[in-house]
Amino acid sequence: MDDIRLVTGLLDPNQAVDNLAVAASDAGGIATFIGKVRASGVEALELSHYELLTLPSMEALASHAHARFDLMGLVMLHRVGELAPGEPIVCVAAAARHRRDAIEAVDFCMDHLKSAAWFWKREKRGGEWQWIEPRAADHTDLARWSEKSGPV
Amino acid sequence: MAVTIIFLGPLRDVAGAESREVPGPLDWAGLLEHVGEAVAEQLNEARVNVACGGKVLSDKTQLNAKDGEEVALLPPVSGG
Repeated sequence: MDDIRLVTGLLDPNQAVDNLAVAASDAGGIATFIGKVRASGVEALELSHYELLTLPSMEALASHAHARFDLMGLVMLHRVGELAPGEPIVCVAAAARHRRDAIEAVDFCMDHLKSAAWFWKREKRGGEWQWIEPRAADHTDLARWSEKSGPV
Repeated sequence: MAVTIIFLGPLRDVAGAESREVPGPLDWAGLLEHVGEAVAEQLNEARVNVACGGKVLSDKTQLNAKDGEEVALLPPVSGG
């Protein structure tokens, strides 16, 4: 079972992970990562995307994760629009027979979502919006998977 | 009919608009001409990609957008 979506309202990671647990009931484990807007410093975060590319690129990423790891199900939910401090931005969960496949698949998907998926992020501090560029560390993280480093 | 140019992420601020309609067909030289100097300067950087009809071009200078197609200008991404 895969659940790959862009979410416009409040993202509820628990519901999606519960559904994965039911659908992949024979899994040996489920690894989950939930990324959130930091509660201090930032007044708001805005994620924009491009309709024709963003979801297809997430679906392609899910296919790559399946090809690379032995998975029984994958959840990849990404918020778009304006978010308040503390709100979830992204949820990736992977169910697998074995722990390492689940954990590494989540890490793999997150590295690609951070710097190789079609999202643009800006944050509001002190009343001013500022676009966020990917950090050098994000690209280094991505290179660990030694695939093409461009967006999928 | 026309070609719609979509400005994504920070390019939206540079262009001062989310999109712009220009007469088709549109090639690379035409694109640079229509988007204004500031956007054109960024387009010339390798890290800015161009998609046409929902496909990212491997060589953006080969752009050949027909009437009714959407051309998206894609600056470096930052998700998660």
